[in-house]
Amino acid sequence: MKYTRLALSLIAVGLLAACSSAPKTADQGAAVEDRSSGASSTGVDSNRVVAVDANAANGSGLAALKDPKSILSKRSVLFDYNSYVVKDEYRSLIEAHAKFLVANPKMKMLIQGNTDERGSREYNLALGQKRADAVKKALSLLGVAETQLESVSLGEEKPSCGDASEACWSANRRGDMLYSGEF
Amino acid sequence: MNPRFLSVLRSAVPVCALVLGSSLAQAQLAIEITGAGANRMPVAVASFEGESALPRAVTDVVRADLERSGLFKMVELGPTPMGADAAVDFARIRSKGADALAVGSIAPNGSGRYQVQVRLIDAAKQASLGSQAMVMAPAQYRTTGHRIADFIYEKLTGEPGVFSTRIAYVLKSGSRYELQIADADGSNAQTALASREPIISPSWSPDGSRLAYVSFEAKKPVVYVHSLATGQRNVAANFKGSNSAPAWSPDGRRLAVVLTKDGQSQLYSVNADGSGVQRLASSSGIDTEPSWSADGMIYFTSDRGGSPQVYRVPAGGGDAQRVTFEGSYNVSPRPSPDGKSLVYVSRNGGRFQITMLDLASRQTQILTDSSKDESPSFAPNGRMVLYATEVGGRGVLSAVSSDGRVKQRLSVQSGDVREPAWGPQPRN
Repeated sequence: MKYTRLALSLIAVGLLAACSSAPKTADQGAAVEDRSSGASSTGVDSNRVVAVDANAANGSGLAALKDPKSILSKRSVLFDYNSYVVKDEYRSLIEAHAKFLVANPKMKMLIQGNTDERGSREYNLALGQKRADAVKKALSLLGVAETQLESVSLGEEKPSCGDASEACWSANRRGDMLYSGEF
Repeated sequence: MNPRFLSVLRSAVPVCALVLGSSLAQAQLAIEITGAGANRMPVAVASFEGESALPRAVTDVVRADLERSGLFKMVELGPTPMGADAAVDFARIRSKGADALAVGSIAPNGSGRYQVQVRLIDAAKQASLGSQAMVMAPAQYRTTGHRIADFIYEKLTGEPGVFSTRIAYVLKSGSRYELQIADADGSNAQTALASREPIISPSWSPDGSRLAYVSFEAKKPVVYVHSLATGQRNVAANFKGSNSAPAWSPDGRRLAVVLTKDGQSQLYSVNADGSGVQRLASSSGIDTEPSWSADGMIYFTSDRGGSPQVYRVPAGGGDAQRVTFEGSYNVSPRPSPDGKSLVYVSRNGGRFQITMLDLASRQTQILTDSSKDESPSFAPNGRMVLYATEVGGRGVLSAVSSDGRVKQRLSVQSGDVREPAWGPQPRN
């Protein structure tokens, strides 16, 4: 019985593999070189081949998206209970991402809104949408093109924290910003 | 004895724990009756003549179904079979306390299948209440048992039974999600879809052949329509933004869905293949969780008045009308099959509970004593409401009768069960 179920699920997982998860930090393997900074131009091995992703953005600062020292590596905006307002403390974060998107017009962003677990799943999906929309609006007001942005909701389905406690619930009331290649 | 304990015994009619699930399969739903009706009719189902030739006795399935409904008390008659046409010792049946008696015969019909004859008898009047005949393959003992239980239930209550129906639900084990289909008693669970991303809001097509649901496999909510027999599925709504809350129209042609393509979550309808998108209603707030009623209304949740409340709008267009007024959180409305009542989730002092509203009298009744109830759906005969709740931190399914008396719980040994949807009557 179990083996049948396992076999069925393996088939199903295989079918789904095409759309399966790209890890949020897809940084395994060779990093894409940041060629604009010029910082790494000294002492380069002449045999070295740098991989270029033709589908990636044409602009600058891509490595910064993964660099823990860069503000662009920070992707989450937390919200107060029952609130859909992007708080002032996230202004510099939103501004940095807006600047990056304006400088990289081929780069797209998926904004995922989330809620805590209390109440109806579908109503929470609608509330998470309001959070994603708030982040999207803040970016739009800073000049990011509408075509670069999509706001969606994961509702209560993807909590970053699993306990039924206020500390957890506040961590789950968030908007996450994902760039092309991450979703 | 403690008088409080006695009164609990008397009022709750506690209950035979009836575990039908196989212990071999952890993911099998096990059903437990946690409350029964106050006046259960005593009924005897004698062992059928010839059923020992089957892999399992059909009458085991019949008795378990009837017991589980909470409306009948099974009277034991012992192992001696009673054929459909045999003479009945009425003095013995009455002495056992049975008001009704089912007898039957199962015999090979010569082509590898079996002919089944069932007779239901009023034990007091010593008169036949009706008979049923059918043909079955040996492996169909469970399906056959459900059909016989439906026959007995309908003869004795005047309403159709729902023992032959199926339920859909989502099983979450670790980071794995499975959309499963099982018989209404939790047996025969089959996986229709497995995913590493969440699946929510399954909705049965009126003919029971397809499910619409929301899957997050594309990193956003997208509505799919899935044919159960073939496994084929198509995208029904994948617009920019979120796509969710599918609900079938009674004719099975259209789906009400919630889209955010034009801003906030709003109601639209689409064809099952995703074509022909039309707006159903407009508001400046959130509109979600649409559900079609038999009389052409669409009930839905909206926060247009400041807090989430139930509204309704004619499916053909028109003004929305507010339906719930008590409390500040009334969501997930489902109209009953006869359109006379509405079930939804209300928040009462921090507890989320299944609530019934009689649309004519405006009377409301909280049906449950749990605190994290979600996703109610009616049985096709309107007698029971299936919903998700939490017991000991784990997701389980529960069913409660429309009067709040009969209660059942379906759970798995490991993992969370959630997002139940009771399917329609099978079409034979």
